[in-house]
Amino acid sequence: MSELQNINVGEYGNLVSDRAVKGETLLLNMGPQHPSTHGVLRLLLELDGEIVVNCIPDIGFLHTGVEKTMEYKTFQQAEVLTDRLDYLYTIGNNLVYCLAVEKLLELDVPERAQAIRVILTELSRIQSHLIWIGTSALDLAAMSVFLYAMRERELILDVYEMVSGARMMTTYIRPGGLWRDVPSGFEAAVRHIVKEIPRRVDEYEALLTKNPIFLDRTVGIGKITTEDCLKWSIGGPVLRATGLAYDIRRARPYSGYEQYDFDIPTQPEGDIFARYKVRVEEMRQSVRIIEQALDKLPGGPVRSSNRKYIPPPRSEIGVSMEALIHHFKLWTSGFETPKGSVYTAIESPRGELGVFLESDGGAKPFRVHFRTPSFSNLQIMSLLSKGHFVADLVGIIGSLDIVLGDTDR
Amino acid sequence: MDTSLTPLVESLQARFGAQPAEFRGEVTLVLAPDQLIGAAQALRDEFGFKMMIDGTAVDYFPQTQPRFHLVYHLLNLDTNLILTLRVPVAGDDPHSPTLETVYPGANWYEREVWDLFGIRFDGHSDMRRIIMPPDWQGHPLRKDYPLHYEEVQFSFNADEINARKPYAKE
Repeated sequence: MSELQNINVGEYGNLVSDRAVKGETLLLNMGPQHPSTHGVLRLLLELDGEIVVNCIPDIGFLHTGVEKTMEYKTFQQAEVLTDRLDYLYTIGNNLVYCLAVEKLLELDVPERAQAIRVILTELSRIQSHLIWIGTSALDLAAMSVFLYAMRERELILDVYEMVSGARMMTTYIRPGGLWRDVPSGFEAAVRHIVKEIPRRVDEYEALLTKNPIFLDRTVGIGKITTEDCLKWSIGGPVLRATGLAYDIRRARPYSGYEQYDFDIPTQPEGDIFARYKVRVEEMRQSVRIIEQALDKLPGGPVRSSNRKYIPPPRSEIGVSMEALIHHFKLWTSGFETPKGSVYTAIESPRGELGVFLESDGGAKPFRVHFRTPSFSNLQIMSLLSKGHFVADLVGIIGSLDIVLGDTDR
Repeated sequence: MDTSLTPLVESLQARFGAQPAEFRGEVTLVLAPDQLIGAAQALRDEFGFKMMIDGTAVDYFPQTQPRFHLVYHLLNLDTNLILTLRVPVAGDDPHSPTLETVYPGANWYEREVWDLFGIRFDGHSDMRRIIMPPDWQGHPLRKDYPLHYEEVQFSFNADEINARKPYAKE
């Protein structure tokens, strides 16, 4: 019998109740291969019949050492690894890393690049919420929503493919701007999505919001208060579903979010259904932001012209010695950075996604740390699940919208 | 520095001996480990830093005094200011008091620091490894922990690396 299957009560002595030590309650593993754990998550459950007495999450199964590996790559190379963290919000991971590098280097980003960044991260948010609404409803046995959500997600992945050539791991946002300008069909494709999504969201709501089975499984379950959220470092939709309208896009704007008009949806209840309502409304607000950004999409360059950090255009390399030298320098040794550390954060679909970046003056990051929302969200599993049925656990996990690649890094 | 932070910085300087620093508009306070809890409590209760958003560490190997810096980021939700706390920790027997008593959310962040850097937190409720398997040897994010199991051998360091390699014994 492997280590994981053989639960040693002594090892968890300070976490489980005395009744588990005496054998009155049952210790049971859920995962790491359970389909409703949204990845590879192991929950150690202490059960009294069907009631959860305690739930101890065990993470790390998807640990890939991204933070360590990045210390051995130049700043440009390290960005490729950020895609692999939160695989449902890849463009946002690129963005937060690039914002940190730009803050360190004091690089300016052209307006057009900022607007395209906003459009793509908001599309990414919709895409992530589509996966969430599909999978969390699937966990509660509503099969059809998943199929519809996947259909709409495909439209957004097509846009990713159009701009970057990749459907998930795009690395399209680069320090100082974007990899290249968007192709000609971009605006039409995004306009189509913007037109389509609100109607589709109404359809999902028609399937779920007044569905008595869905309401039975979500209302009043997995409750949390605003104070507990702040204590346990929780932001994003989970915090907003407790009634506090805190959104980093509004509170600490980045990439020009201050120019867009959008509402911050909140719900007072703090249960699974409140989180559902908040996320559904967020999809509609994202559509509003994308529409505004498209309407006033400025022209001009999409990359900073600072040649010390940004590679020159291909056309210049053939005619300019200077450009050739910069190109050679940037793609062999990378760029030198000032010594110091910075912290930047953006609003991910799951909460605050932050990067702590420290440089010792060289071309490689000295230390990169990702403050990932799934990590802190998972920490409150025990708080949320106490006293509920085992069957409600999958609903609670789904409502936290965790991505294990994001948790384990 | 944001002028609204000036009274806070002066107060913490006088009461807890905090050393302020600024880089790219971010204010950092360097605190001795024994002053951390008091300073964090004052920041939470008097200055409105209700949320700890991040906790991590940096390894400055081969420097030993201090070898590590613990880095905490605190957020004030009303003013949207972020304050960085840095706690220097010595290299031999690294340990620091836990911030869990002030911010319960520090629990997993400190477990991660223990797991990946080997810094112990005194008074922590659950000091187990979190990311690596329970029987893992070493702390991967330390600078003296190699990235790859196989280190690249050159003529100048081949003998040294060979001596460390776990060859099959008789």
